[in-house]
Amino acid sequence: MNALALALRTLLREWKSGELGVLVLAITVAVAALTGVGFLVNRIGIAVDNQAGEVLAADLRLESGQVMDDKAIVEARRRGLEVARVTGLFSVVFNGDINQLTSLRAVSDQYPLRGRVMLSDQPFGAPQAAEGNPRPGEVWPDSRLAAALGASVGTELSIGARTFRVARILITRPDQGATFLELAPSLIMNEVDLESTQLIQPGSRMRLAQLFAGPRNEIAMFKEWLEANKTPQEEIEDVADSAPQIKSAIDRSARFLSIASLVAVLLCAIAVAMAARRYVHRHLDSVALLKTLGATRAFTLTVSLVQLTIVGLLAAVLGSILGFGAQAWLVKALSGLLRGDLPAPGLAPLGIGFLTAVAVLGGFALPPLLQLSRTPALRVLRRDIGPPQPLVVLAFGPAVIAIAFLIYWVLRDQRTFLVFVIGLSAFVAAVAGAGWLLVKLTTRFRGGVGVSWRYGIANLGRRRTESVVQLTAFALGIMMLLLLAVVRNDLLNDWRRSLPADTPNFFFINIPPDQHQEFTAFLEARGALHARARPMVRARMTHINGKAVDDIKFTTRRGREFANRDQNITWSDVLGSDNVITAGHWFTPEEFGKPLVSVSTEYMEEMNLKLGDSLQFDIAGETRTAAISSVRDVKWDSFQPNFFLMFAPGLLEGSQGTWMTAVHLQTSNPKTIADLVRRFPSVSVFNVDDLLRQVRSVIDKAVAAVQSVFLFTLMAGLVVLVAAVQASREERRYESAMLRTLGANRATVLKGLLSEFAALGVLSGTLAAGGASIAGVYIARRVLQIPYTADPWVWFYGLVGGGLLVCLAGWLATRSVVNQPPLLTLRSG
Amino acid sequence: MNLMSVLKAESLTKKVTSPEGMLTIVDDVSLDIAAGESVAIVGASGAGKSTLLALLAGLDTPTSGRVTLAGSDLTALDEDGRARLRAERVGFVFQSFHLLPSLTAVENVMLPLELAGRRDARAAAAETLGRVGLAQRTGHYPRQLSGGEQQRVAIARAFVTRPAVLFADEPTGNLDTHTGERIVSLLFELNAEVNTTLVLVTHDRTVATRCGRVLQMDSGLLK
Repeated sequence: MNALALALRTLLREWKSGELGVLVLAITVAVAALTGVGFLVNRIGIAVDNQAGEVLAADLRLESGQVMDDKAIVEARRRGLEVARVTGLFSVVFNGDINQLTSLRAVSDQYPLRGRVMLSDQPFGAPQAAEGNPRPGEVWPDSRLAAALGASVGTELSIGARTFRVARILITRPDQGATFLELAPSLIMNEVDLESTQLIQPGSRMRLAQLFAGPRNEIAMFKEWLEANKTPQEEIEDVADSAPQIKSAIDRSARFLSIASLVAVLLCAIAVAMAARRYVHRHLDSVALLKTLGATRAFTLTVSLVQLTIVGLLAAVLGSILGFGAQAWLVKALSGLLRGDLPAPGLAPLGIGFLTAVAVLGGFALPPLLQLSRTPALRVLRRDIGPPQPLVVLAFGPAVIAIAFLIYWVLRDQRTFLVFVIGLSAFVAAVAGAGWLLVKLTTRFRGGVGVSWRYGIANLGRRRTESVVQLTAFALGIMMLLLLAVVRNDLLNDWRRSLPADTPNFFFINIPPDQHQEFTAFLEARGALHARARPMVRARMTHINGKAVDDIKFTTRRGREFANRDQNITWSDVLGSDNVITAGHWFTPEEFGKPLVSVSTEYMEEMNLKLGDSLQFDIAGETRTAAISSVRDVKWDSFQPNFFLMFAPGLLEGSQGTWMTAVHLQTSNPKTIADLVRRFPSVSVFNVDDLLRQVRSVIDKAVAAVQSVFLFTLMAGLVVLVAAVQASREERRYESAMLRTLGANRATVLKGLLSEFAALGVLSGTLAAGGASIAGVYIARRVLQIPYTADPWVWFYGLVGGGLLVCLAGWLATRSVVNQPPLLTLRSG
Repeated sequence: MNLMSVLKAESLTKKVTSPEGMLTIVDDVSLDIAAGESVAIVGASGAGKSTLLALLAGLDTPTSGRVTLAGSDLTALDEDGRARLRAERVGFVFQSFHLLPSLTAVENVMLPLELAGRRDARAAAAETLGRVGLAQRTGHYPRQLSGGEQQRVAIARAFVTRPAVLFADEPTGNLDTHTGERIVSLLFELNAEVNTTLVLVTHDRTVATRCGRVLQMDSGLLK
């Protein structure tokens, strides 16, 4: 008979008799966890991307300062993407004699592709979502422009050669941005009117943007096409460029979710390893018999390979379906928490879950199977003989390679990967070592306890290898879950802290120094919660270490921008809590008045600067040179005024500058801002409520993602633990039958089993808590870049939770053992 | 070498290491068994009977010495080579039956035929099962059969390939006296029919006396 036929025949029979149940369960759950997490990450990822896209009013923008052809638009339409156009230019807008320099935005019909334009009937009024865009002949000036021009709905405004009627007041548009490059107020008009204004002349300065939106992978592919086909003047902009706050939230949640995926992968590996052990254990006799009857080693290996492959594939398919169902249910259950609907998931997680299952199966199940095929035929006569001990490299090599490959695949970062692999190896080694020691110690103390405990603990000592293997599996599983819990808490706390209710929602710049006090008093009288105020001077960098900036070639776009535009600089003697010095030191009182500057990390990197470099600036016609005395890591998502360049105090005070400040204002009263604009006409007002809302919404989704993925992984972990306990069920069944035959009642046997599991659970839980605390510090600080808070509860959860969890898993797995009549067990051998 | 010899052991020794030091389980055993002969190996528990059987059948390798089975030097073959030889020339009956629980009676009997590449496996297996009185139970799984019936299936499996040598290790050890007697009778009947060489390990003197020759083992030595 060929091996395939025998494999199929026995497989069918073993399936019918429930033999393969545990193996199928373990792999199914593992794949379900993996694909479930994958689907969830995928769906929430798409939602977060869409949300983030609002900042651009699109998923992708192509911008240029010169006339753009329609090549990209034609290509995008061919690919089925949505397309819109925005032309931005500066012009003076008149209401009778009053005029104001304005940023005009002529938009096409489909604008915006992401997010909404919010309008009102009066400046700073209650916003309502716009339907469509301004009709030809109509414009939407923003609140600042309307207030500055004294315009209201119905007013006729002159722009270039045309006059337009104010149809509504613009409150916010999605792409108004988080940076303050555009100081002028803005106005939206229909692009068909642009030509008739006669503002577009040869040489006129304008900024054209083509906007694209569509499914994530389509956009990614289109971005590649754009990069290959765009002109040098055209620049691609995505969310990362325009909204650092959102980028940071997305990055952290993505990292957390990838760690969660890793946990799922490791749980999968534990399940497969334990299931494969059980499979091997159950098949030692039949392999020995087949060999006695004349089967070669290759034959027996083929039989088990075919069986395991079929089981693996079946379980992978089942798991993928289950994973899909579970995440769909979870999303439904969490629907209250998520603002807006989640988009349908892509199919990628299905393939990833499946591939991972195959990789894990190959790495963790192949070595035991090779080992199984080495079972000597002699076992038919002597049941105590098993296969020879394998070489450590052969036994663990493939597993280590598979896991390392998967970890790298998920993390895609060399450093983190190395730390993770080394950390994990150290943990497994420590747990196995501690396991040996603890099993030995508990065995020694068993004399002082009752019969149930003695029986249970004696089991631990007698099945020493098995106990250490189980202990390692439990400890690894519990550690990963605890780690996820620790990191999740830190992440959520950090997010909660990062945007408290009184986060500044209004920025004011261009406050004249002589009106600074009065301005602050005005705001405070209207209930504003005052935040940081900083002096601000415009400066342009001219030389780095004596070399003219114009002669230096910067490799990045941001680098070129930094070099070519005026910078807002400030000075201060206090370092904000959202700034961390990473190199050098903050100004000491002795250094006040000295030519020193503190530079942000981004600026250092984009401009290729190092500590001690000498920078020369043109500040209002005056030349100033300063040395870099410190580097600051700035948390740009704090919504506080922050600067790339901060000078030592006592140096620039005489320069012609203004002040900027950020405050939290209840926006229910539009009159406050309207009054303020009239009272301090030179002050520019920026309402970042909308951006705050966007960031909060992204964080909400990220929180929901983190919570639900955590919940899902936790459930998967529990089932994997149950599957791990199943591995030793047969042996326990026989022992319990023996004990009951000798007169032990069910309660004694059950107590014995539970005491064994409790001991295993407490031991592994304690080790896991230690591992999770250490790993938590690294992941929080290095991977997620958030502060780590030591949580003593981890030890409680590890110790008590671990004990209870493993007891519960043990009880679920072995209760039938105790309930079965002893005769039945003993007769079936 | 005697032309009629089918199984020959020369200075066969098996030593194992144990916590107490080196143990000699089979000590310089030489024997020669002719084709068609029936030989019983008897001795107390721990005398080395089963180890000798394992060495003779090529299930285990000796520390020193040589075994020639059906003209092949077992000690010169690797594990797969010995397996192939067993598939072609050897049958086994064990104390604990050793049937594959996932296969039916007829499938268990078919197994050695199929491993040897025979195409008429099912018909031959069904016929042999009929010979041992289980014609009505071919489709039953081992767990649906009594101990005696399971041992009959094992005997059918052992004889179905018409092996040159049949090794039986305590074939009645797990059965009651009455069933044991019937199984032994069946074993000898089939042995006569097929003209197989029978090597039987037992501690049951009555079973042993039915064999043509009785070899006594004591502390690894053949007497």
